[in-house]
Amino acid sequence: MVKVKLWGSLRQFADDQEWVDVDASNFKELLDQLSHLYPALRPKIERGVSLAVDGVIYRNAWFTQISDENEIVLMPYMVGG
Amino acid sequence: MKTNHIQTTINGDVTEFLCNADESLLDVLRDRLGMTGAKEGCGTGDCGACSVTLNGRLVCSCLVLGVETEGAEIQTIEGMANGDNLHTLQRVFLEEAALQCGICTPGILIAAKSLLEKNPNPTDTEVRYWLAGNLCRCTGYDKIIKAVQTAAAEMRGA
Amino acid sequence: MALDTPKRDFKIVGTRVPRPDGIDKVTGKAAYGADITATGMLHGRILRSPHAHARIISIDTSAAEAAEGVKAIVTSADFATPDDAGIRDIRDNCLALDKVLYDGHAIAAVAATSKSAAKAAIRLIRVEYEILPHVTDVDAAMKPDAPIVQSGRAFESVPAGMSQNVHSHVEFGHGDLDAGFANADKIIERTFKTAATHQGYIEPQACMANLGADGRGELWCCTQGQYMVRENCAAILGIEASQLRVTSSEIGGGFGGKTTTFIEPVALALSRKSGKPVKIVMTREEVFRATGPTVSTSMDVKIGMKNDGRITAARAELRYQGGAFPNHTVEFGAQAAFAAYDLAAVQTLGWGVMTNRPKEVAYRAPGAPTAIYAVESVVDELCQQLNLDPLDVRLLNAARKGTLSAYGPTFNEIGLVATLEAAKNHPHYTAPLGENQGRGLSCGFWFNFGGNTCVSLNLNSDGTVGVVEGNPDIGGSRASISMMAAEELGIPYDKVRTVIADTTSLGFNDVTDGSRVTFAVGLATIEAARAAKNEMCARVAKLWGIDTDAVQWEDGSVKPAGPNAGEHAPMSIADIAAIADETGGPIAGHHEVNADGAGVSFGVHLVDTEVDPETGATTVLRYTVFQDAGKAVHPDYVEGQMQGGAVQGIGWALNEEYIYGDDGLLQNASLLDYRVPVASDLPNIETVILEIPNPGHPYGVRGVGETPIVPPLAAISNAVSRAAGIRLTELPMSPPRILHAITQRRDG
Repeated sequence: MVKVKLWGSLRQFADDQEWVDVDASNFKELLDQLSHLYPALRPKIERGVSLAVDGVIYRNAWFTQISDENEIVLMPYMVGG
Repeated sequence: MKTNHIQTTINGDVTEFLCNADESLLDVLRDRLGMTGAKEGCGTGDCGACSVTLNGRLVCSCLVLGVETEGAEIQTIEGMANGDNLHTLQRVFLEEAALQCGICTPGILIAAKSLLEKNPNPTDTEVRYWLAGNLCRCTGYDKIIKAVQTAAAEMRGA
Repeated sequence: MALDTPKRDFKIVGTRVPRPDGIDKVTGKAAYGADITATGMLHGRILRSPHAHARIISIDTSAAEAAEGVKAIVTSADFATPDDAGIRDIRDNCLALDKVLYDGHAIAAVAATSKSAAKAAIRLIRVEYEILPHVTDVDAAMKPDAPIVQSGRAFESVPAGMSQNVHSHVEFGHGDLDAGFANADKIIERTFKTAATHQGYIEPQACMANLGADGRGELWCCTQGQYMVRENCAAILGIEASQLRVTSSEIGGGFGGKTTTFIEPVALALSRKSGKPVKIVMTREEVFRATGPTVSTSMDVKIGMKNDGRITAARAELRYQGGAFPNHTVEFGAQAAFAAYDLAAVQTLGWGVMTNRPKEVAYRAPGAPTAIYAVESVVDELCQQLNLDPLDVRLLNAARKGTLSAYGPTFNEIGLVATLEAAKNHPHYTAPLGENQGRGLSCGFWFNFGGNTCVSLNLNSDGTVGVVEGNPDIGGSRASISMMAAEELGIPYDKVRTVIADTTSLGFNDVTDGSRVTFAVGLATIEAARAAKNEMCARVAKLWGIDTDAVQWEDGSVKPAGPNAGEHAPMSIADIAAIADETGGPIAGHHEVNADGAGVSFGVHLVDTEVDPETGATTVLRYTVFQDAGKAVHPDYVEGQMQGGAVQGIGWALNEEYIYGDDGLLQNASLLDYRVPVASDLPNIETVILEIPNPGHPYGVRGVGETPIVPPLAAISNAVSRAAGIRLTELPMSPPRILHAITQRRDG
């Protein structure tokens, strides 16, 4: 089980929780589980999200390993100029 | 539209071309003579990327008609280096990284050369005002001004 | 990913070598977007909407088709239907579908045998419009009864009952705001507005397209990403990506504005229809009316502070309009707003809004400069009112390693405190000021990205090296990539040549954005060089008849790893290259990665301004940029990014704005009326580079390109507000606006 932090405007789609518990060992499993547990999150996840693991931002990287030792924060998918 | 036959001297070479009455010198250089060193950033004389000298005077070639150049002496960026010897300004611009994307560079070099021919020892403020008609969006002008001053000092010493 | 301690001892990285494309760029030989011709080419020209918002009833092209020299005319009917919603929006921006959504929106295009014939033919196209009400202001567009730009585009996060122009909503933050504000000694709440600005690249968009009826094509264009152009165009034209080869020209500036497509699908459609190559070059007026400005904004910021300068709570609400299509820019602004602060209670709300303006395109750290402008203005005003030193207050509240960031994660290694201390210790900070002068400062922040990257590194038979990478060189990256390859291989810089691949020569590369190239392409280059070194070691070990681990790489040569490996003279890269044929064939290394770990970037800007109380005109007297570069690979180009970004920000603060009339038409679509900073507006821009290594890069590199545009808006506004003796809350701070504020203060 890992704890994932959702940003404010996502919480309404996950029973108003800031932190959700998800059974996942990598980013892909995390996204699949989130979509499964909270189907209302799916549109945003499908449009793209990033993941911060211990402060390092990953934009895609499905196989990024995560565990309950990590701080895991969901972030919007980002681009630059 | 009637085409006009024009004879000029460009970078020391006698050059003949045909052009329509509404064609700018910039269009002639780029489209008829294949000299694409002068760039079109605006077509309205606001950016200076198309700078050339016409009878020794710094002009935006987008504001000069091709038909106005009969008998004129034109200098463009293509004529600034002497064979494989870069002009001091060109060399110093490279040494001091006075360009990033490089699109404004031909116009700025032509304008800076024109300044130093008139005023070999300008102040920073004089350089900044002389180059105020040449827009650069990458560098913030800092390294350009410094490079012009380095080249000016070197040219005065030579 | 290399997460071991970054290398800090360099021979080539950190020096100021000449750039490989330099001579072509100072002699006029470099080929930019508009600089090539093709045999038999036609000239394309685009018809644009004269209305801010209208339904297209009909388009009659018959007279134009019959005109002299006209070979093809296209409309949106000539495009396919991409699967991807984002690319469908790009398509509908390239040629309008059933409505024109802004002044300048493209409707149809002509290819003709000359520029003048194409220009004349455009005027013969008859479009019948039903004019619709329009809205160009962000606050007006959010009102429930505002004219609707597009219906049904709101994302699920937008609460019911809002105007359909509101397409997105985000919220970030943590902590108890009410308790935080209750605990404050002083609370300031202000509303800010900023105008839309344009990237202002000096080279207008230009391309040359050649597409056959069989769907095979070639495209030459100035772009920040040839692979992005290929994906967009293939989807919009309904052809296969493999059949479209896109070659990026030299690029005359982008700053984010060339991370999308405008004319390329149109030129391809015209070429396919006419059977000839088609060149399209935008005019400057088209660039302003129809390509990417950034957002305009309306923002509320409220911050509470103790008498000692500690921030107790902070809240921002951002309203960003990004033109006629949905975008995500407000998400980045909302995350970046308070990134520089260690806050117990913080909340940022963001609203993304559509208006009848051009489709917003990324502009250097998209979304961040405006949000941080509002936040840093309020922090400065609190410092003034509580009589506190603005740098000390920022140091007291600065985010550092272990800070829970306002956007969610806990910060790892960041360089903000070191950057603030560098500013505090710089002579600029304590230099005396005269009458009507003021000093301002601001922090800035950007995320920085890595992204999809491919590099191939080939060893030539004479021992020199070719590097092939897939990102257009927008400001010296071929030099920095060659430097990193030479550093890793231990050979001189001039033995390496780096070229930019077309889309068939490497796998997919993300666009040149997010300050990613020196970081991600550099990382892939170093890994590709390491792969080549491993191969060279294996070849030499085989030659010497010893195990691969009995040889080692040192100073550009393969040597025995120790006395037990036997007596062997070291072999240089040139020695190994000379026998490549006999030892197994050509030697190369390559690396493909979706790079992460770019490392966030902070900067601090200090500026002195003088405001003329009679005219409201501002003079920028002195400007210093402090920024963490991780490792400055080529310091000249790092300084150049810092200086160029600062000056773009100065323009944003003082001059630049999109001005719309009540008719919804853009009033200043020229470089005369949209005034970017010129040389005589500016002082020298001093730079101080800090190097706090990024653990995510083998050499510790951080992206540097975007952060420098973030602080100038607030730094200048704070300096002007102190000089003028009144707080300014709207950008640009043009002389009339400043004069008005001064007059109001005088009149009480």
